[in-house]
Amino acid sequence: MKQMIRVALPKGRLGESVYKLFDEIGYGCPEILENSRKLIFENEEKGVCYFWVKPSDVAIYVEHGAADVGIAGLDILLEQEPDVFELLDLGLGKCRMVVAGKKGALSGTGKTLRVATKFPNIAKNYYTEQSREIEIIKLNGSIELAPIVHLSDVIVDIVETGKTLKENELEVLEEITGISARMIVNKASFRFKTQQIEEMCDRMRIRIIGDKNGYYQ
Amino acid sequence: MNISDSTLKREERAIYDLRKLYEQYGYKKYKMSKFEEYDLYLENKSFLPSQQVITFTDLSGKLMALKPDVTLSIAKNAPSSPKEPEKLYYNENVYRTPHGSNEYKEIMQVGLECIGDIDLYTQCEVVLLACKSLQTLSEDSLMVVSHMGFVSGLLESCGLSRSVEEKVLKCIGHKNAHEVLRLCEATGVSVEMRDTLVALTSLYGNFGETLGRAEELVKNEKMSDSLKALRELAGVLASEPESECMKLDFSVINDLSYYNGLIFQGFIGGVPSAILAGGRYDNLMEKLDKKTQAIGFAVYADQLERCDTELDRFDVDVLLTYETDVDTAKLTAAVKMLTANGRRVRVQKTISEKLRYKQLLRLSDGGLEILETND
Repeated sequence: MKQMIRVALPKGRLGESVYKLFDEIGYGCPEILENSRKLIFENEEKGVCYFWVKPSDVAIYVEHGAADVGIAGLDILLEQEPDVFELLDLGLGKCRMVVAGKKGALSGTGKTLRVATKFPNIAKNYYTEQSREIEIIKLNGSIELAPIVHLSDVIVDIVETGKTLKENELEVLEEITGISARMIVNKASFRFKTQQIEEMCDRMRIRIIGDKNGYYQ
Repeated sequence: MNISDSTLKREERAIYDLRKLYEQYGYKKYKMSKFEEYDLYLENKSFLPSQQVITFTDLSGKLMALKPDVTLSIAKNAPSSPKEPEKLYYNENVYRTPHGSNEYKEIMQVGLECIGDIDLYTQCEVVLLACKSLQTLSEDSLMVVSHMGFVSGLLESCGLSRSVEEKVLKCIGHKNAHEVLRLCEATGVSVEMRDTLVALTSLYGNFGETLGRAEELVKNEKMSDSLKALRELAGVLASEPESECMKLDFSVINDLSYYNGLIFQGFIGGVPSAILAGGRYDNLMEKLDKKTQAIGFAVYADQLERCDTELDRFDVDVLLTYETDVDTAKLTAAVKMLTANGRRVRVQKTISEKLRYKQLLRLSDGGLEILETND
C-alpha cells in the first residue's frame, strides 16, 4: 500500500500559492479548492493529504509528526527552532526581518533598548550576538504602534514593502535576515517515507530552480 | 510469578524485554541514586540534551540535582583506567525539559553503557544491541548511523571560524543544504569544499551502499579513517539480519566535544522523534580524566505511550452486568469461567458509560447472554 504524505499548508495567500506549486508538480487534490467545511483533503491516488493550519502552527504539526511535510516561513523556524529537517527554500513569500523605529532610535546606546516584537526569540538572539542589553516587550499585533506611542524604542518585525512603516514615519534601521517559505519535514517521517518525500522534494526543486541536484543556478 | 502480556502496558513490557536482552549479552544492571551533585552538570552542561536541571539543597547544604541524565553519572563513577570492561545497563527515570517545552518531565529511560577498551567486536555488539532493542519495541523500526569524525574532519578542512562552523553543523543536522550553500558563499569557502559540504548534507541511504557515495567526499586522513571504521562495522554486520534497518545519515550529529566516533539514532513507526540515541563518547571520558573509551545508548521508553495498541482501545475485555436477584454463587462461577482464559472482566450492576469494553454480557436467572460485541 502506498503511504500517504501528510502536508500542513499555512492558511492564507502563501499557502494558496504553495498549493498551486504542489498541483503543478503532480500532487493535486481538486477538492481543496472547493469551498467546503472539510478540514482534511485527500488524494489517495497521488498519495497525498493536505490540511490548512495557522501559519505559526505549521512547524508544531510537523515536529510532532501530525504532518510529514509542512511549509513554514523562515521567521517561524527562527522563532520556534523546531527539531525538523529543512529540505528546501521555496523562494516564495519573500520579505525581511528588520529592526525598525523612528529615525535615530538606535543612536542612544547608553541605555537599555526596549524592543517590541512578535518574535522575542529572534530579537533576543540578534541582540545577544551584539551583546546589547535589551528589554523585550512581546506583542501579538499592531507592532508598528509601539514606537509611536513610546511603548518601545524599536520593533523587530517582518517588512514586505515598508509602506506601513513609511506612513507612520518609521524606517528600517537594520536588517536581520531575509525571509522566505521553507519546506520542512519531520525527522522520523523522512526516514520511514524516504522515497516519497525525496521524490516530492526533487520535483519541487526542479519546479522552482529547474535543477534536480542543484542548489546552484 | 506469571504476568500475562495483556496486563503490562506496552512500555512496561518493553522494559522487561530490553532487560532480558541486555542480560543475555552479559550486561549487569546498575541501580543508581536519584540525585547527583549539581557540579557535575555545571561542568558538562553541553553534554545534556536540555540545559535545565532541577536542583535542591541537601541537608548538609550541598547543591544537588535530580538526575537529568544517566550516562554522566556512570562515566564519572567508572574507574580511571579499568583493567576489564564495564558492561552495564540501567532503567531509571530522569528529569529534564523536552525540546520545545517549558516544563520538566519525568522521562523513563533504559540504557546500556560499555566502558573500557572498545574494539571492533564491542562496537558491533553495542550497535547490534541497539538494533535488537528497536526490534523489540516495534516491527517497524530503523536506525540511522553517522560518524562524528567524518563530519568534523570535513569541517576542519573548510577552515571556518568557530561560530560559522557551529552554524554549518546545525544546518547539516537539519539537512539544510540551501543554508550551507549560503554560509559557504558568505565566508568564501572554496567551490570544492562547498560542494562537498552540500553533498554530505543531502547524503542518505542504506548503510552499506551509501558508504560508497561517502567515499567521494573524503578530503583528509580523519575522514578516511572514519569511513574505514564505518566500513569495518558494515562488513561485520552485513551478515546480521538486524543490519537491514541501518541507514547512513550524517545529519545525526551531536556535541563534538563529547562524542568522537560512531553515533546513531533509532526510530520506530508511530513515534515522531528518535526513541533511541547513542554513540561513542571517548571525549567525555577524557574530560573526566579517565584513560579509557566508552560507547552506549539510551532508549526513551516513555515515547512508546504514543503508539496505539489493541490494548489501549478497550479498558476491559468483558463487562459483565447482573441483576440484583441473581445468585451470587452463579455470578462468581461465571466470573471464574470468563477470567480463566486471561480475559479482563469487570463486574457491575449497571452498564457503564465511561468504560470501553469488547463485549457486554448480562447474567440473569435465564443464564449468561451476550448483549453487545465491539471490535
